[in-house]
Amino acid sequence: MESLLSTSSTALFTAFILYLVATLFFGATIKDKTSDKSKTGFAGKLAISLTIIGFIAQLTYFVTRWMASGHAPVSNLFEFTTFLGMCLVFAFIIIYFIYKLSVLGLFALPVAMIIIAYASMFSREISPLVPSLQSHWLAIHVSTVALGQGILFISFVAGLIYLIRQVDQSVRSARTIALEFVIYSLFLFIGFIVSSSVFNAMGYSASFDYPLNDKTVTTEYTMPAIAGPYDGTLTTEGVMEPWFQTPEWMHGADAGRKFNTVVWSLLVGSVLYGLIRLILRKRVGAAIQPLLKNVKPDLVDEINYRSVAIGFPVFTLGGLIFASIWAQIAWDRFWGWDPKEVWALITWFFYAAYLHLRLSRGWHGEKSAWLAVVGFGIIMFNLIVVNLVLAGLHSYA
Amino acid sequence: MNHIKCECGHVNPEGTVLCEACGKPIEMNQHIDGNDKKKLLNMRYEGSARRSKTYNKTIIDKIWNFFSSVKVGVWLIVIALVASGIGTIFPQEQYIPSTAVSRDPQIYYPETFGILGKIYYQLGFHNLYSSWWYLLLIALIGISLVICSLDRFVPLYKALKRQKAKRHESFINRQRFYSKTESVEQGDIESVKESLRKQRYKVKEEDGHLVAEKGRFSRWGPYVNHIGLIIILLAALLRTTPLLYLDDYVWVREGELKVIPGTDGEYYIENKEFILETYDQEDERFKEAIAKEGIVPSNFQSNVIIYKSGDSEVLGAETDLEKVTEDEIRMNYPLKFDGYALYQQGYQLNEFANMTFKIYEMNDPDAEALGEFTIDLYNMKHEYKLDNGYKVVVAEYYPDYKLTEDGVKSETNDSNNPAFVFNLYPPESEDYEISFVGDVIGAAEDLGIDTTVVELQPMGNVVGTFAPSIDPTGENQYRILIDSIDFDRKSGLTVRKDYTLPVFGFGAIIFMIGVIQGMYWQHRRIWIQRKGDGVLLAGHTNKNWFGLKKDIEKAIDGTAINMVEDQNEEE
Ligand code: HEM
Repeated sequence: MESLLSTSSTALFTAFILYLVATLFFGATIKDKTSDKSKTGFAGKLAISLTIIGFIAQLTYFVTRWMASGHAPVSNLFEFTTFLGMCLVFAFIIIYFIYKLSVLGLFALPVAMIIIAYASMFSREISPLVPSLQSHWLAIHVSTVALGQGILFISFVAGLIYLIRQVDQSVRSARTIALEFVIYSLFLFIGFIVSSSVFNAMGYSASFDYPLNDKTVTTEYTMPAIAGPYDGTLTTEGVMEPWFQTPEWMHGADAGRKFNTVVWSLLVGSVLYGLIRLILRKRVGAAIQPLLKNVKPDLVDEINYRSVAIGFPVFTLGGLIFASIWAQIAWDRFWGWDPKEVWALITWFFYAAYLHLRLSRGWHGEKSAWLAVVGFGIIMFNLIVVNLVLAGLHSYA
Repeated sequence: MNHIKCECGHVNPEGTVLCEACGKPIEMNQHIDGNDKKKLLNMRYEGSARRSKTYNKTIIDKIWNFFSSVKVGVWLIVIALVASGIGTIFPQEQYIPSTAVSRDPQIYYPETFGILGKIYYQLGFHNLYSSWWYLLLIALIGISLVICSLDRFVPLYKALKRQKAKRHESFINRQRFYSKTESVEQGDIESVKESLRKQRYKVKEEDGHLVAEKGRFSRWGPYVNHIGLIIILLAALLRTTPLLYLDDYVWVREGELKVIPGTDGEYYIENKEFILETYDQEDERFKEAIAKEGIVPSNFQSNVIIYKSGDSEVLGAETDLEKVTEDEIRMNYPLKFDGYALYQQGYQLNEFANMTFKIYEMNDPDAEALGEFTIDLYNMKHEYKLDNGYKVVVAEYYPDYKLTEDGVKSETNDSNNPAFVFNLYPPESEDYEISFVGDVIGAAEDLGIDTTVVELQPMGNVVGTFAPSIDPTGENQYRILIDSIDFDRKSGLTVRKDYTLPVFGFGAIIFMIGVIQGMYWQHRRIWIQRKGDGVLLAGHTNKNWFGLKKDIEKAIDGTAINMVEDQNEEE
């Protein structure tokens, strides 16, 4: 048991490191001058091999954790988000073998790494399954949804590459600002990961008492409180006093702690982004652009569409059809307008709109790329905001 | 109708953009697909004559054209998407938590979310998904879907059926993939043909001109998936009829036999036992998580027997019950019988069942009981006569007592927190004393016990003695105290009968077939036209140009034919 679990975490860590190394090699392929696409250079071959080994390592994590816990490891936020990262890597491997486009790896793997690192900030204990989750449909439904989302993420990756390659960086415009904003948002994730890890390593802890539904409850902050709970009192001595209170309208258990985490992520992410900007002395997008001049925008655009074409049916099957079947079995209704369900529907509507706009209104190239970015935003919203803030029946946290 | 005759001899319907047979652009109609402004031809619908692009005179034309516009369709989808999102900002009415200040939406939203909550409520967003305008939106999407599909499917189908291998040159050289080779031997063409057949293309020939085609069926994908969606919408419509759909709820206590609501007295249920199990705190796998997050339930289960009432004269006579099945109902494992399904939905462990009270003399230091009586809360009598002559009349009863700003009330009709106003008649007396007894939960909370977490059963007995026994006049000689409480465990089961499920399932399957058909296959065509000694080569696919390019590369490999250019890139 213990050994299985430790194998499992080692495997996950190994996978992470391998993805990191693979990213570096994908980076090295950028310099490849070979115009013949069908010949992949040595760096490219090494990079994709490392990615595959990394994927196998992550699969090992998955299987051993399943054996240790006795249920599919997709039952809490850590497990689900890690699995989502794994699905992104899997989707990338498939698309790579169709199109042999190395630059895709240079962007897909870091996104996967950010997602996996983000996952590991949540509590990693094996949690027992509550009765509503004790069903084979847990594995069937969740793995299909995550796979669909992983494939759709590739369209985001392709869209991002397209935009960095194509958006005119010589003048400041709404498009350069929007693109920088997308890149900046990725920095916020890094901000979250850095601040959580640092304070975690320091073992920081501070307790607050605060009123919730006419009762006084205690919450434990693992990061210094910039924003304290509304009407809360600090009960730990010798730690930083909050600078301000979480606004009253943010309701629910632990609203203060969650808001504080958001504040820290914003802060650290912005500082990191600011530093990079200072070093580069230009927009991050503008700095990456020259690296992508060998990339064919048409091909990237096609990958963007193709991944939606492949991912949309998978997502529909997992996120709407399997979801409904399970909801019917577990909760006696296949559809209940629970926030999580509604956001799955929104995602589905959105990609349906993407397809129709592309097909019938000729939204190709840049427009499609922007839509892919928005689609990614919607899925991440479902993962983060809906789980942590709107949370209904499906709440993991 | 004004038919249009093409120079190739084919007669096309009015509104045709590209001749159905040879593809030659029909001059007067080029604006319809925007071909007049572009080098490449718009191949979306093969230049077929769609009603929406041809007629726009009568009101019917206008309605048809409105709904067959994809722009309108996408707008409808986007509006539905945004509205759905707004509906998740605050909980919907059915998800107002039981811990909320009030379950009355009029109070809940403004109290909890302030001014925004008030607006949310007043605009009806608390019940968004069953509001008339949301349903209208979904219906409009449905109508748009049908009209849009009909508008395109029929002409597209005809055009593809009538296409010929021999094409007009202006059709070929305005395709996205195009090449021209000055001199090609017949042998090369044969080899290309062979290679295309190997790649599973269907090759048709006409006067030495070729068209190789594969995956045409994928063009029907969108129409198939739209049909699936329509079936799902129809199922949702069917579901509103009570004939096909039943949704009811029943609470059964342990040991109780009860008619199942919604079955017209035909079926009965007996709850033999309700089981609640939790994970072992010592379980090696889970102990860390449990230590952190608290006890986790592992099973909710009702062991039940289902009976059917016999053909007795009086329907529902309990004497004539015939056992249908005996089974367990657990979460994720509903019980199904004769078209009905029972789901484990809720449970209540601390429902008050029997309460025993004792009467004491006020301020009696020895606390010696003068008498006792027991009230069965499910079968309450109006008055209780004690052996030694005392008589207690139940003047008021609040099964679920709550003291609010507006006075006392009973929150529900379930005995979750009983409270009584008793009139106590001492032996041989016509006069009575009034006392108030009960509100165990309130007493527990006053002691700082969180009754929502605590297992009340043993606690109830301790707390019971602290429960208020209030003497409203201040002149009472006696007081009545709770001595012991029996709790009941009851199981909440939803009763469902849903004949629309197979229809939903059927729609979903059709939808999946349609999307997969349209997304995982593509309709690819390659034309090879003889021109003098050379050939013109063109290719078209509805998606995945990369794949088509590879097919062409493979087909012309080793021949003199030039590889196609992507004329899109040149632009
Ligand atoms: C949420 C509801 C809808 C879904 C899930 C849906 C799904 C789809 C899908 C998956 C495709 C194929 C796209 C592709 O191959 O890239 C498609 C095509 C299409 N849809 Fe829809 N659709 C929906 C609503 C509508 C509506 C309301 C309209 C009417 C305006 C419409 C009109 C079309 C048209 C015209 C096509 C293109 C057919 C073709 O060009 O071959 N759809 N739809």
